[in-house]
Amino acid sequence: MKWLHRPYASMMFLALLVGTPSAQAEQVTGKLLAAPGVTQVEGSGGGGLVPWAVLAGYDSREQTSGTVFSTQVHLPDYRLNSQGVAVSFYDRVEVSYAKHRFDLGTLGGALGVNDIEQDVLGVKARLYGDLIYSQWPQVSVGLQHRWLRDRAVAQVVGADEADQGTDLYVSATKLWLDAFSGVNVLGNLTLRASRANQFGLLGYGGDVEKSHSINAETSIALLPHPQWAIGAEYRQKPDNLSAFEEEDAGDVFVAYLPNEHFNVTGAWTNLGQIAGSKEQKGFYLSLTGYLW
Amino acid sequence: MKTLLIAVISALLVACANATKTTQDDSLYRALGELEGIESITHRFINEIGFNREIITHFSDTDLGRFKEKFIEQICFESGGPCEYTGDSMQQVHRGMDITEGEFNATVNALTAAMDTEGVDKRTQNRLLKKLAPMRGDIIYQ
Ligand code: HEM
Repeated sequence: MKWLHRPYASMMFLALLVGTPSAQAEQVTGKLLAAPGVTQVEGSGGGGLVPWAVLAGYDSREQTSGTVFSTQVHLPDYRLNSQGVAVSFYDRVEVSYAKHRFDLGTLGGALGVNDIEQDVLGVKARLYGDLIYSQWPQVSVGLQHRWLRDRAVAQVVGADEADQGTDLYVSATKLWLDAFSGVNVLGNLTLRASRANQFGLLGYGGDVEKSHSINAETSIALLPHPQWAIGAEYRQKPDNLSAFEEEDAGDVFVAYLPNEHFNVTGAWTNLGQIAGSKEQKGFYLSLTGYLW
Repeated sequence: MKTLLIAVISALLVACANATKTTQDDSLYRALGELEGIESITHRFINEIGFNREIITHFSDTDLGRFKEKFIEQICFESGGPCEYTGDSMQQVHRGMDITEGEFNATVNALTAAMDTEGVDKRTQNRLLKKLAPMRGDIIYQ
């Protein structure tokens, strides 16, 4: 599929695909606007970096829903392109798939590889609650399993394993209506057990730490209006390789959710040091489309 | 980055604290345009419900005059206005209707659409929704 390799063209395509409201729109919609969040870089429903307890679509307990997304991250020395789909069932289970392409730019030339590709399969189940209406936050558990298609770089940097790895996480998310002067506030806390190096792009584990470590991830968003969310995220990351320090990631974002058919998120993100290249900060752009 | 984490967590705590604070004033009632505003919103709300085929079926045997009167009383009371709610409890009224989660959300959307048309700003809408949200448990799947 050639269009997968033209990120912006495919975003336009996506916009066209989901821009036409379906006949269903006039009928029952499962959730309030912004309730499914946006799409997280690994394909799960959430913020940009952090998976949330919410499921990816507008389905209620009687419905299913399907979404597609496309995300670009522009860093000084790299480009990350993530595209994928998610299907969510009866506001209970979400299954997602994302394909990452991490362009190494000039750095790749030295290694003889242009980019690193990986597949991420995600599953998430809602255990308790409702984002808005339950007394306690909505709680979900999930896993993200990754397969590296290009393993050479992971091997060069000294990863313990260059093939595949699994993250497990638990997320608690709550939206407080009118938290202060009419503004809704969303808060999320996620704990993730992971041994991934740089989102798995550099393999799993290393000489410093071979096995899973527990990392905290958090997001906060203010919603002064149902169509707008502004917020910040923080994601602790494992630091497994002595030769290549890995730093925690963060972002500040603005999401625009005009309707139940699509939303777009722009963020300024700081991914820290990646494979020896310092200060990887840049612009993040993501589009999610809701198919049904 | 660590400072950002601390900032996020303290913001969360502040949000929690604020969320449990209850206000006894009538500023929401006034922001909704007092009784006249609430009457217009309710009128629009019933109109909006009329456009939703799945929700309107629940109202096929309803005395709309009574519904309107009780709904106005309830919004007036919940927003801190000088009204008393004389209708039946939410659980009694919606029992046996088997209202789904999706229908509840669609009804909330009808109410916000009505408030949009009546020019109620979103922050005022959020304040009203916060008052109505706790009733959901007594309304759905009864
Ligand atoms: C927060 C949301 C809601 C509030 C505040 C609310 C409030 C009310 C009130 C005040 C009444 C009149 C009570 C009386 O006559 O004593 C009423 C009646 C009714 N409500 Fe709701 N309601 C809500 C949600 C819903 C939903 C989601 C549905 C269906 C989709 C629904 C369907 C009805 C019907 C059919 C009646 C008339 C019952 C009859 O014929 O006696 N309501 N509601």
